[in-house]
Amino acid sequence: MINFEKFTLDNGLKVIVHKDNSTPIVAVNILYDVGARDENEAQTGFAHLFEHLMFGGSVNIPNFDEPLQRVGGTNNAFTSNDITNYYITVPKENIETAFWLESDRMLSLAFTDKSLEVQRSVVIEEFKQNYLNQPYGDVWLLLRPLAYKIHPYKWATIGKEVSHIENATMDDVKRFFYKHYLPNNAIMVVAGNVETEEIEVLAKKWFGAIPSKEIPKRNLPKEPQQNEERRLEVTRDVPANAIYKAYKMCSKIDNDYAATDLLSDVLSLGSSSRFHTSLIKEQKLFSEINAFIFGSTDEGLFVISGKLLNGVSYQNAEEAIETELEKIKAQFVDSNELNKVKNKIESTHQFSETNVLNKAMNLAFAELQNDANDVNLEVEKYQKVSAEDINRIANQILISTNCSTLIYAKKED
Amino acid sequence: MSLDRKKAPEFKQVDRIDFINPIEKVLDNGIVLNYLNGGSQDILKIDFIFNAGVWTQPKALVAGATNNLMKEGTKSYSAFEIAEGIDQYGAFLEMDNSFDESSVTLYTLTKHLDKVLPLVKEVICFPAFSQKEFNIYKNNAIERFNINLEKGSFVARKEFSALIFGMENPYGGNVSLSDYENLSLEDIKVYHQKNYQLSNCKIVVSGKVNDTALASINTAFGKDKTTLNSTPTKETKAHHSSEKNRFILKENALQSAIRIGRLMPNKLHPDYFGLQIFNTVLGGYFGSRLMTNIREDKGYTYGIGSGILSLKNGGYFFISTEVGADVTKDALKEIYKEIDVLTKELVPQEELDLVKNYMLGQFLKSCDGAFNMASLFESVDNYDLKYDFYDKYIDTIKNITPKTLMELGAKYFMRIDLKEVVVGKV
Repeated sequence: MINFEKFTLDNGLKVIVHKDNSTPIVAVNILYDVGARDENEAQTGFAHLFEHLMFGGSVNIPNFDEPLQRVGGTNNAFTSNDITNYYITVPKENIETAFWLESDRMLSLAFTDKSLEVQRSVVIEEFKQNYLNQPYGDVWLLLRPLAYKIHPYKWATIGKEVSHIENATMDDVKRFFYKHYLPNNAIMVVAGNVETEEIEVLAKKWFGAIPSKEIPKRNLPKEPQQNEERRLEVTRDVPANAIYKAYKMCSKIDNDYAATDLLSDVLSLGSSSRFHTSLIKEQKLFSEINAFIFGSTDEGLFVISGKLLNGVSYQNAEEAIETELEKIKAQFVDSNELNKVKNKIESTHQFSETNVLNKAMNLAFAELQNDANDVNLEVEKYQKVSAEDINRIANQILISTNCSTLIYAKKED
Repeated sequence: MSLDRKKAPEFKQVDRIDFINPIEKVLDNGIVLNYLNGGSQDILKIDFIFNAGVWTQPKALVAGATNNLMKEGTKSYSAFEIAEGIDQYGAFLEMDNSFDESSVTLYTLTKHLDKVLPLVKEVICFPAFSQKEFNIYKNNAIERFNINLEKGSFVARKEFSALIFGMENPYGGNVSLSDYENLSLEDIKVYHQKNYQLSNCKIVVSGKVNDTALASINTAFGKDKTTLNSTPTKETKAHHSSEKNRFILKENALQSAIRIGRLMPNKLHPDYFGLQIFNTVLGGYFGSRLMTNIREDKGYTYGIGSGILSLKNGGYFFISTEVGADVTKDALKEIYKEIDVLTKELVPQEELDLVKNYMLGQFLKSCDGAFNMASLFESVDNYDLKYDFYDKYIDTIKNITPKTLMELGAKYFMRIDLKEVVVGKV
């Protein structure tokens, strides 16, 4: 159970405080409601490039990292298709430094040419390191546009192509900032040995005067229902054949989300899961195979990804996956199997609550999607899932006309 | 009242760090258990640690393969039954193999401890090592190895170990495909028999530890007779090679993976703390000299870092990065320049103060909670050291001077002593 209190400043900044007196560390998490899905298709990778620029100095403070390190703190950030999230951990005594730094970059950035030039290069190197110069690195650059035809989930957060990052101008950067980096578009969570009253004082002092602005209503195109099987085959210089199957699934706020998550767990969580037992151990078709879901704000993806063992044909591998899917569609999972995946949820939840930063992030995500208190209802939601639910979801989504398949084949010498 | 946003708020250096002390308990048969009690969740982490690291293996890959295969079926249970038995209760069993030891770690809700402990016992004491599971493991490991060989950073790390330790040293064994093909089940069985005796096991329990949990562990692990057969220690073979550089060409590489470093003293050496501080200044945090120059000024890389790893039989220092192929030469030049400066010029007091505060803050964080403290306990206990090691660490951080750092630089970081691996294109 994560207890918390919540208040909103006059400028719309939501603040959530969770008291945990067992730790000398405080986590300060600021989530901005902007992600790669808010980008223009001709300028992708922008939300992420922008995240880098948030460390390039703000209007009154030339360097973000240095003052924080000087007080024993550390920080990082990440961008997803839905959000941009910044977080700091700092010894409790020095918490005000976090407020000073975060509020100044919410107020305005330094916008130096040097920062843009350097971060542009850094992000291009990141693009190479994680997506281009890595075996199987470009999978998501291929699979996303296959699965999504209209919705901006069709590009990855790193961007569609390197040129979009190369061409970003200072004007673009400024426009992006003034549009999205607003107190009324952010959620701040402070977790640690702190009192709500002291956080309220600090929040008002540092964030209170930052003006709010109207946020244009998000109007994303809805992805039309997929009604045909989609396939793409590519050849790459990799040592093993791989297969990826992406099925459309519900959004993270949907009532069926927990059941869909458990469906993927039955298939592939742990060494006693169906995929591991049947496809790796018994039939020896794959060196690894997983099923996992993208918990996204709009309609997400249920993905099966596997690497074929040397000598195994795509036809056999794919048929074996299909057979497992048919099985789970034809028959209810028994109570042991269902309890097993539910117990994993319970223990994972318990272990995740040992860390203040985890708790702070989870509260922020939940608040954005619906209500911070959802973090405390999550396990119960999973407990309520029935075998019928899992069966219904399997029959609803694991069908060929809802699937995009990527055949990622090795180059034959 | 107007707010002066240019002025940083007051701050304090971390002055107090509360350690959770380990409490020792000897099981009925003499096995030593330490526990660290803390946290409000009813969860436990139990590490079973054996002197079965890479250092002790008779042939390449044996230690890792043994550790991995232990959970794939035992005398009484199939691999599936073991996995299901653990999964059923929401528990996690993690096998880990490092340079100096191997471990089996159980994460569980306290209420299910009794259900899962007997399975952990089976995994540790009675693995079956069947031919069938061995073949699956081997095939899949070869597939993974082949994929890793396509990653510049993996190849650079592998070649770097071989370069600094030499092929004769177990730490340096440059694994190749033929080592996988030569793995034998017999070697694995013998190795397990020798290195996974309960008498050589150290148990560390962390989380919300109570008497019931300790009694359960004693029931499962404290009843068998154990005979103390110390695992033989190997002599360190000093490695003298004049080879300084390795370059491995990857024709289509967009980036070059770089590793630069050398052998270094381990935790038992008086210079160890100072070297950690030197390393932090050079490449150990986001504001480090390397990060500031190579990433934040030049934009050559997504990231660059350095570290000093203590090993029981000799540690090492390394710098690691992946840089744009076209700027490989420039990046190397800048890296050596940054090292060189630290051997000749004093670190400004202001920068050193920042590093001190940063390191103390990070250390405070690494002491946060029972699980973290268990790791800190294990990493001194391995060397038969106590927590006063950390008191000295804190003391050195607080008191070290720019002059001492520069002297350490001149002693350990001269260009002539550094070795370099580049995988990619120059």
